[in-house]
Formats: sequence, C-alpha cells, structure tokens
Amino acid sequence: MIAEKIVTPKLVVRNLNFYYGKDRALKDINLTIPEKMVTAFIGPSGCGKSTLLRAFNRMYQLYPKQKATGEILLDGENILDKKQDLNSLRAKIGMVFQKPTPFPMSIYDNIAFGVKLYQALNRHDMDERVEWALKKAALWAEVKDKLKQSGTGLSGGQQQRLCIARAIAVKPQVLLLDEPTSALDPISTAHIEKLIDELKEDFTIVIVTHNMQQAARVSDYTAYMYLGDLIEFGDTSTVFTNPKRKETEDYITGRFG
Amino acid sequence: MPMFSHEARLKRQALFDLLFRNLTRAAAFGVLALLAAIIVSLIVGSMPAIHAFGPGFLASSDWDPVNDKFGALIPIIGTLVTSGIALFIAIPVSFGIAIFLTELAPRILRRPLGVAIELLAGIPSIIYGMWGLFVFAPLFADHLEPWINKHLGSMPGIGQFFSGPPMGIGILTAGIILAIMVIPFIASVMRDVFDVVPTLLKESAYGLGATTWEVVWKVVLPYTRIGVAGGIMLGLGRSLGETMAVTFVIGNAHELSKSLLMPGNSISSALANEFTEAVGDLYTSALIELGLILFFITFIVLSLARFMLYKLGKREGLAS
Amino acid sequence: MLNLYTRRRIINAAGLSISVLAMLLGLFWLCWILITLLDHGLPALAPVVFEQVTPPPGSPGGLLNAIAGSLMMTLVGTLIGTPIGILAGTYLAEFGQRGWLAPVTRFINDVLLSAPSIVIGLFVYEVYVVKVKHFSGWAGAFALSILVIPIVIRTTENMLRLVPSTLREAAAALGAPQWKVITLVTLRAARAGIITGVLLAVARISGETAPLLFTALNNQFWSKNMDQPMANLPVVIFQFAMSPYEDWQRLAWAGALLITFSVLALNIMARVIFRQSATTH
Repeated sequence: MIAEKIVTPKLVVRNLNFYYGKDRALKDINLTIPEKMVTAFIGPSGCGKSTLLRAFNRMYQLYPKQKATGEILLDGENILDKKQDLNSLRAKIGMVFQKPTPFPMSIYDNIAFGVKLYQALNRHDMDERVEWALKKAALWAEVKDKLKQSGTGLSGGQQQRLCIARAIAVKPQVLLLDEPTSALDPISTAHIEKLIDELKEDFTIVIVTHNMQQAARVSDYTAYMYLGDLIEFGDTSTVFTNPKRKETEDYITGRFG
Repeated sequence: MPMFSHEARLKRQALFDLLFRNLTRAAAFGVLALLAAIIVSLIVGSMPAIHAFGPGFLASSDWDPVNDKFGALIPIIGTLVTSGIALFIAIPVSFGIAIFLTELAPRILRRPLGVAIELLAGIPSIIYGMWGLFVFAPLFADHLEPWINKHLGSMPGIGQFFSGPPMGIGILTAGIILAIMVIPFIASVMRDVFDVVPTLLKESAYGLGATTWEVVWKVVLPYTRIGVAGGIMLGLGRSLGETMAVTFVIGNAHELSKSLLMPGNSISSALANEFTEAVGDLYTSALIELGLILFFITFIVLSLARFMLYKLGKREGLAS
Repeated sequence: MLNLYTRRRIINAAGLSISVLAMLLGLFWLCWILITLLDHGLPALAPVVFEQVTPPPGSPGGLLNAIAGSLMMTLVGTLIGTPIGILAGTYLAEFGQRGWLAPVTRFINDVLLSAPSIVIGLFVYEVYVVKVKHFSGWAGAFALSILVIPIVIRTTENMLRLVPSTLREAAAALGAPQWKVITLVTLRAARAGIITGVLLAVARISGETAPLLFTALNNQFWSKNMDQPMANLPVVIFQFAMSPYEDWQRLAWAGALLITFSVLALNIMARVIFRQSATTH
C-alpha cells in the first residue's frame, strides 16, 4: 500500500545535534519525513524521540540552555536558521501534547485562539472554521451545543480532541503529536488513532509514542531511537516484521526496554 | 476585511513582544528603584541630624526638643528589648502551634485551625494595640504586675528588671502584646516550613518506633532548622518595625530605666507620636534618622530571614 | 529509674500536651480579641456612625468621613499598586530565567513585603508631602500602594509558577507571540490566584495606620478632595482611642469592629475564591 503512494519529502533532518546545557541528547540525526503520511518515533524513555519532535517547531527555545545544531529543512527551507520567525514557523507546524492542554476559555475561543493570530476572519467565516476543525477532530457532535462553555469542563479524551481541533484549525502543514494518548483511556485512544488515520489525508503527521502496537497501527514509517541515536528508520511493516538491526528487534520483541 | 501582510504582522508582534517584555521589566526594576528611593530619601532627610550629632546620635540618651538635643539610644533599646521579649514568648508558643498543626491535629481540624491562625495574623495591629491598652493593661496592672513585683522583683540579680509601680503599660506589656501579634505570623511560617519535610522521611522514623515528639525533635527540626530560623527572623523583622501594637501600651516616655515595668519608647512609637507635632528642622530630621536606623536594622534582619528560607527551599529542590 | 520506653513515652506526652496548650492559647487570644471587639463595638455601632462625621468631644457624631476616606484611599492605593505588582510578578515568573534583575528583585521584594510600614509613611512624607507642602489623601493612597505592590508581586509570581508549562507550550505551538501567550493564556489561568492576592493586599492596607499618620493625616470634616488631608478609620481610631473622652473611645471601638470584620471578611473571601478555583482545575 505504501509503495503505491508517491513519497515526497516534507521535513529533512541533516546532522542534527541537540544539547541540554552540555549534555548531548541527539547525535547526528539524519532522517526524511514524507509528506501526508504518519511517521512514528519509538524507543525507550530518554532516547531523544520527544526531543527530536520538539526540534521541529523549535519548542526548545522557550528554555534557556537548550540548543540545536545542524539543519531541519521544511520544504527545502532551513527552519533552524536564525532568521526563521518562530511564531510563523509554529503556525505551519502544529503540536499536540501528552496531556490535554485546553486554555482557560470557552471551547469556541480555544479553537479561534490560534486562527485569530494569523487570519482576520469575519464572524461567519470564523464560525465555519471552528465547525470545520471540530468536525475534523470528530468532536463536533459532542460539543456543538456547548461551544460557549469552558474547555476545561470536557472529559480527558474530549479535551485531547479539542487540542487536536485547535491545532488543525490553524491549517498547519505538519502536525506533531507527542504521546497524544498516553494520558487517555483505551476508548479515547481508539478515537484518536482513528482520527490520525483520517487526518493524514491533509497533514503530514509525526507521532511520538511509547506504545509499539500504536506505532504499528497508525504509522506508515517508523524510526527507532536509542540514547540519542537513530538506530533504524524505514517503513513500518519492515521495521516491525523484518528489522535490519538487532537492537530494534530486541526492543520490538520486548526483550529490552 | 482588513488584510495584513504577513511580514507586517510578524513585525508588529515582535514589537509588541518587546514592549510587553520591557513593560514588565520596568515594573520589576521599579521595585529596586523604590528601595533605592526609600533609602536615599531617608538619608537626605536625616542629613541635618547626622551633621549635628554625628555617630554620637546612636549612643546618646538625650531627647530634648526644647534645646534641640537628640539621641537615639532610648528608642533603639526600647525597640530591641520589646522585640526580644516578644520573641522570647512567641518562639515556643509558635513552635507548639506549628507542631500541633502539622503533626497532631486530626485531619479535619488542620485546615480550619490553620485558617484561624492565619486570620489572627491578619487582624490589623491597631486592634492589638487597643485591646492591649483597654483590656490587657488593666488586668496586667491589677493581677500580674503585683505578682511579678513580689516574686521576680525581690530576686537578686534580675530583681532590678522587675520592680516598679504596677502601671499596666510599659516595656514588658509592649513586648507581650507584640508577642501575641507575631505568634500567628511565626506559627504559620513554621507550619509551612514543617510541611516541606518529606512524608517518607517522617514515616521511616515512625517505622523505627519513634514517638511523635522524637520525630519532631530529631527528624523534622534538624531537617528544617534553617527555615525555622528564617521564620523567627521574619517575625523579628515584623516586631521591630511594628508601630501600632506598641505605641498604645509602651508609655511613650523618653526615659532609660532598668525595669521592664517602666514606660519607655520604641523607634516606631516615637515616630508615630511625635513626627506630625515635631517643630523645627532638627527635631524632624532626628526623627527621620530614627526611621533610617529602623529601616537599616529591619532590612538586615529580613534579608537574613529570606536568605535562610531560600536556603531551605533550595535544599528541598535538590532533595526532590 | 524508669525504663527507657516509659521515659520516652512521658517526654512524648509532655511535649505534645505543651503543643496542644500552645494551640489553645492562640485560639484563646483570637476569641478574646473578637469578643472584646463585639462587646465594646456593637453597642457603639449605631446608625449615626454611618450618617455623621467625626464630632468634637462631647457632641454626637459618627465616622462617615473616616469610612469614606478609608474607602477612597484603599481603592486608589489598590488601583495604583495592582497593575505594577502584576507586571513585575509576571516578569519574575515569565522572563526571569536569565539575568540578574529577577533574583535581585525577588529578594528585595520579599524584604519589602515585611518592611516597617511606618518607614513607608516617612518616605512618602519626604518625597511627596514635603514637596506639595501639605498632607493629603493622595499621599495616603501612594503610601498604601507601596504596601500593595510587594504582596501582589509575590502572589502573581507564585500563581504563574503554578500554571503548567505545557499550557505555555501549547499556546506557543500555535504560533502565539509571547505577550499573547502570557496575557491571554497564562495570566488568565492564574486569574483566581491573582485576585486572591489582591484581596489579601486590600485586607492588609485597610487596617494599616502607621503609613497614614504622616501622609493623609486626618480631617474632622467631610471631604472628598484627595488633595486635602483626609480622614480615615485607622488614624481616627488611634486618635480617639488614645483620647481621654469616653464618647470618642466609644467611636474608636465601633471603628475597630468595622475594620476588623471587613479585614476578616476580605481574608475569608480571598480563601474561598482560591479554594473554588483550585477545585475546578
């Protein structure tokens, strides 16, 4: 199935190194993330998979002492360049976090928050955009009658879908998911996994997950990382059924990690 | 629909970011400027007195507005002695309250009792002063002072500190009222400090068969020693600078007396009573110099207090 | 000689009893003070207290001008102090990771938090009253605002630090510039806590006497002019309580009751707001 698709590179990582102060957390990572597909990063805790994800929208820059060297090309343009404006980068690359992060405002305003930052939509267009995003995130039916209520009053799974809706409402090109289901129950997890499958029609998705079954279920490509190194990267079925490296096999079969 | 070019929008947001950041920075800087302004204005205001009396101001017990002769010794001693008495009483009581609130009180009572103590700390100091003057001082004069006179006043050595007519007001009364005022304050800081002791640590001590008292004395207190000292210093800073609770009951007399039962004066009560009525530049300036001395003393005490509390906080941060 | 275990138990029981006694002593004083206030204050709290201005000794009167003056100066002091406090607290929590300014400011602010309020009065006297050559309500409000600032800074910083960093990251991940992240998301999430801090600051300044002595002074008459000496409850209580006149002392008790119960009400309100916000999160 993957072979039938034409693979276009969306994000290209070249010689990426990452430092927390003096600690080197990523070592010479080279990787190509294909457009409109789901790429999963797996590996044991502390392997650098979240660090790599957070380099794509330069989230690390909120904190002093964290820095990245090398190149990350988004459609050929180096986003680690000093001249790259952070805010417009983040408008192009959306992110959803481990725990749901609804803002302390209404459901409607949660979605409109990001849109208002870069587009001046009139009332009607904004209503449509909110509805579109909530429908995409499979939340519309549940919240359409309570858009004015606080986003913090929803259940955990609903909150996470609200955060996905909020991220896609901006119409980003890439969606970064940082263990998006680790705080959710199995039913909400299934909801989100189904959603990921639908969202890849429109977005390039990169997902970090602890759960190997999840990676196998939702992703087209998988990267296995260990201690800051990228051990293996390839299409998911190969990585899971016929890994090239012994370390990967050990991890996947549960002999390690 | 207004269309902003992407570039212009980014530029504007960068500008707003810069403005907002610098606005908050200016406010933070304002706090430092405020401190500097307080110190400078007090020094400028005390210049005439500093010129007239020099360092001898600190050691002179003169206070003669008619002949323009002033010295700070009596109010400084009054301030230190009243605060000393206050801490002497407040430390054990606050310690007991904090132990009760963290280790002994049943869970359901902890919060309401803690709130009650905090409310006690919130009562304006003028109320303590009034209560001291109208309720405590008469009782003190009628019942406690005669007893003190009889028993402590006749003791060799310390007797001289406890003799004198039972007037109800004076240094000792001021110290006691101050103690009542700072107890809830020190107690709530101590309670917060005791709360940082990891439960695991206490449980391991209980697990060895230690009694509650032993856990408090041998685990909680050593662990929080520096924070407890910080809390006490904070209470000391409070009582040194307290005006109203003292002014009502200290007697406001510029007299140096050995007896704690005699009226005296503290820096803050001298300011409260005399400042608006002070005639002549030198009188005013001498009072401002008193204020400068008070600010200087409390600044050092409070700095030490904060330093100690930070140290506890840091160790806590490392331990966790 | 008692055996070791018995001795340990006795020491334990003695220590703990003393602790219980200390607690009872604390509560005893709280009750005693409140009962005294009610006992002396309630009989004096007639409607006339709210209808007439402070009288000369021997004539009937109330505290109307003092209540109004206190309200006005507390309001203005809070309005001046709060925005500065929130901004500076925001700097400490959100921008303070690097550089020397934040740690130094934090330290100085903690010291100012318990600095003697009478010195603040002296300071405002020196820099303002001396310049304009008369006592005034404005001077009183300035002195009070200086007391508000450190309290609001401390609570704002603490409350912002309680906001999980993922919320900041989530807003930043949408491409929001930092000032929007802070004003629209972080400060909003910390709102209840900050309101609590402001209420506590109002409670603190509404009972403060010392800083008003040399700034607002007092005014026997009805005055809404902030540029004139201004009556206020604490200073009136101080003067009337220290006076030999019984009718003045009665009014002082009425004022003391009013102040104490408004301060306690503000304190309790602050706690309720904070607790409610804590349960909804």
